[in-house]
Amino acid sequence: MTDPVLRLENIVKTFPGVRALDGVSFSVMPGEVHALMGENGAGKSTLMKVLGGIHQPDGGAIVMGDTPVVMAGPLEAKAKGIVFIHQELSLAEELSVAENIYLGELPRKSFGRVDWARLAERTNSILKKLNVGFDARTRVGDLSIANQQMVEIARALTVDAKAVIFDEPTASLTDAEKVVLFDVIADLKASGVGIIYISHRMEEIFKITDRISILRDGQYQGTVNTAETTEEAVTQMMIGRKLDLSRNASHHELGNVALQVRGLSCGKLYSDVSFEVRRGEVLGFYGLVGAGRTEIAETLFGLRDPSSGQILLDGEEVRISSPADAIARGISLVPEDRKGQGLVLGMNCRDNMTLPQVDDLKAGPFMAEGAEVAIFDQYRDKLDIRTPGWKQRVGNLSGGNQQKIVIGKWLSMHPNVLIVDEPTRGIDVGSKSEIHKLLRDLAAQGYAVIVISSEMPEVLHVSDRIVAMYSGRIMRTFTSEEVTEDSLIQAISGLGGDKAA
Amino acid sequence: MSDASRNASDLREGIMATLSRQQVGAILARQGILIAFAVFMIAFTLANPKFLTPDNVLSVVRSSAIIGVMALGVTFVVISGNLDLSVGSMMSFSTIVVLDLHDKMGPLLAIPAMFAMTLCLGAFIGFLVGYLRLNSLIVTLGMLSAIHGLTLTYSGGQNMDIADKEGTWFSIFGQGTALGIPVPILIFVALAALLGLALAKTPFGRKVYAVGGNGTAATFSGIPRARTVFTCYLISAACVATAGLIQASRSLGSQNTVGQGLELEVLAAVILGGASLLGGSGTIFKTVIGVLILGFIQNGLLLVGLQFYVQFVVTWVIIILAVWLDIAAKRGKLWSPIA
Repeated sequence: MTDPVLRLENIVKTFPGVRALDGVSFSVMPGEVHALMGENGAGKSTLMKVLGGIHQPDGGAIVMGDTPVVMAGPLEAKAKGIVFIHQELSLAEELSVAENIYLGELPRKSFGRVDWARLAERTNSILKKLNVGFDARTRVGDLSIANQQMVEIARALTVDAKAVIFDEPTASLTDAEKVVLFDVIADLKASGVGIIYISHRMEEIFKITDRISILRDGQYQGTVNTAETTEEAVTQMMIGRKLDLSRNASHHELGNVALQVRGLSCGKLYSDVSFEVRRGEVLGFYGLVGAGRTEIAETLFGLRDPSSGQILLDGEEVRISSPADAIARGISLVPEDRKGQGLVLGMNCRDNMTLPQVDDLKAGPFMAEGAEVAIFDQYRDKLDIRTPGWKQRVGNLSGGNQQKIVIGKWLSMHPNVLIVDEPTRGIDVGSKSEIHKLLRDLAAQGYAVIVISSEMPEVLHVSDRIVAMYSGRIMRTFTSEEVTEDSLIQAISGLGGDKAA
Repeated sequence: MSDASRNASDLREGIMATLSRQQVGAILARQGILIAFAVFMIAFTLANPKFLTPDNVLSVVRSSAIIGVMALGVTFVVISGNLDLSVGSMMSFSTIVVLDLHDKMGPLLAIPAMFAMTLCLGAFIGFLVGYLRLNSLIVTLGMLSAIHGLTLTYSGGQNMDIADKEGTWFSIFGQGTALGIPVPILIFVALAALLGLALAKTPFGRKVYAVGGNGTAATFSGIPRARTVFTCYLISAACVATAGLIQASRSLGSQNTVGQGLELEVLAAVILGGASLLGGSGTIFKTVIGVLILGFIQNGLLLVGLQFYVQFVVTWVIIILAVWLDIAAKRGKLWSPIA
């Protein structure tokens, strides 16, 4: 039996008031792909920072070979052969591939001149191993995200890597690009490197990993062999209960048509779009990124002018000129980019939540702060937002709680039509199911809800009807009874599927 | 090791023993500006006993009033995520205009006319930065020069003087006192209270923070971003006009360059107060503290016998220190390779 390349023994890390890691132990064998799973806030990032020498553990040991090691800093971790491929790439776009890979260690000639020939040669020999379609001199800014990631991996290969840690590597990759990445991981594995693979995506975990270690609230939940477990079992270990992802059509009576769109077009973004949403109904929009779904939502919210077509609210044609106008007409939009569009991260929870109605919450010339706190308290309880109090900066909350603040912000406006763009992007599994349930409940309470999502299980789970879009057009509208995964995929790929009448 | 430095290091160890580094960092981050102010005041009082006498304090506050009034307006602009480097030359404009009109139409009409003209300049900048979304640094740096040209054109390059300096009530804004307190100080305090309330307590103030904190998110919440920025520049111009009024009334005559360079002092005061240049943070109260620190430092340097000109260098050093301490308090270290 071979020794593990890396063994963690009872790692403990506390921050003021939080036990971020509480006795985490697992080991990575050479040639193994080891998944690390857990909800946001479970301690994965902290654990990786301990491994990378950014945090020092308060207890326990990191063992490489037979000897406990101390990672005094990032450089030392790298020198010991622990290499990170981060979710967010850290490359200099204006420099060449070769310069990025050997940044700080460029080969030199006399008088400190860079030895370009040797640099290109070394780089190309690494790139060859990765089997990529670009060379050492390519400018990094000209590469796709997937190829930039390959540059990061190439950089990892310049040191004698013992363990390579991938942090959500597929977050921004297309399916074809994923295949290439998985090939590279397989090669690394074959060369005897130990791999830690962090991801939320079950399919990938089950496709490429050998074992899975699970964290929950900083505590180690155990390690299982991937071949001997199921998605349900892993999810249950992560969240401590079962997750419901069944289909969900409404059983209550639907109300009148709240929003109707007829032949709406907006330049090249989308054209001839028609649909309607009733009160009490969740209408799902499914399609690839760039299919025009977000642009439709932005048009309905007054952020884009349509070039032709009609928008009717409660049967009456309207022209929506600005977000303020949309809000006044009872349309709310939970945008897709929570941090960029949904929240002012430096502001506190209460002020974020009441932002769209600041002009209405007045006592004389001043803000009615008591009324604001009351609104915050109401939606904190209703949505189960976990925060120490309304004074907390929103930037300090977890992704799930941030999203609930945004949803609360718009629910407190009592909208007629609630549009939710990517309701659970970047949110952990537990909060995800809470938000799904919330969306269903809102429909049951009589809201007309539009959900835009790129995740098929999500659209299938929450929607009563599903609009499938491809390249700016509606290909087909499904009811939840008739929809199948296959027909949905065909429709959004532009294959088959008749255009809805 | 000298006795003094050994004592200092003993003291340091003593403090470190009772407070962990993290606690020190947290306190510095929250109250750094007040602590710095206190340390500074104590040091200068020890160096020169005249420093903390009521006469000197009153004189410092009075001479800070003009910078202070402008800093109040610039605080709005900075919190909204923009800069205003035109306030110095805009103040020269206000001063020259009101002095000129004083003799032509009398102070009662001259004052509102000057305010209207200054607000037009503010509206123009607000239009360029708010509605056309042009970079505020470029716009206001350009306006610094353009308004200077405008002032010179208006005055024909001549100094402006009121003909009858003894017989006008116009001097009240710069030279008068009420209840023993100089009027400029009263104006500064009243305006600070008014604008402080507007910023901290009204819907408009909330919008300023939202627009500066995340303009896109503000837009997605239905906040009129352009109008909010526009209004901030109007407020800034109104403050500049007030400052110009005080200046004109104090001297009853002026050169075309009276406000030259003040934009940097104003900005220094606002940054010293801890408003982030990225927008979204800062308060009127902190700006007032920043103004006072700047005023007392300049006064203190004079009292210890340094030349007046030294203050130009010192102002810059203070800006750098303030920015550095601010960022160091946020990351808990004086220097860091990342962020």
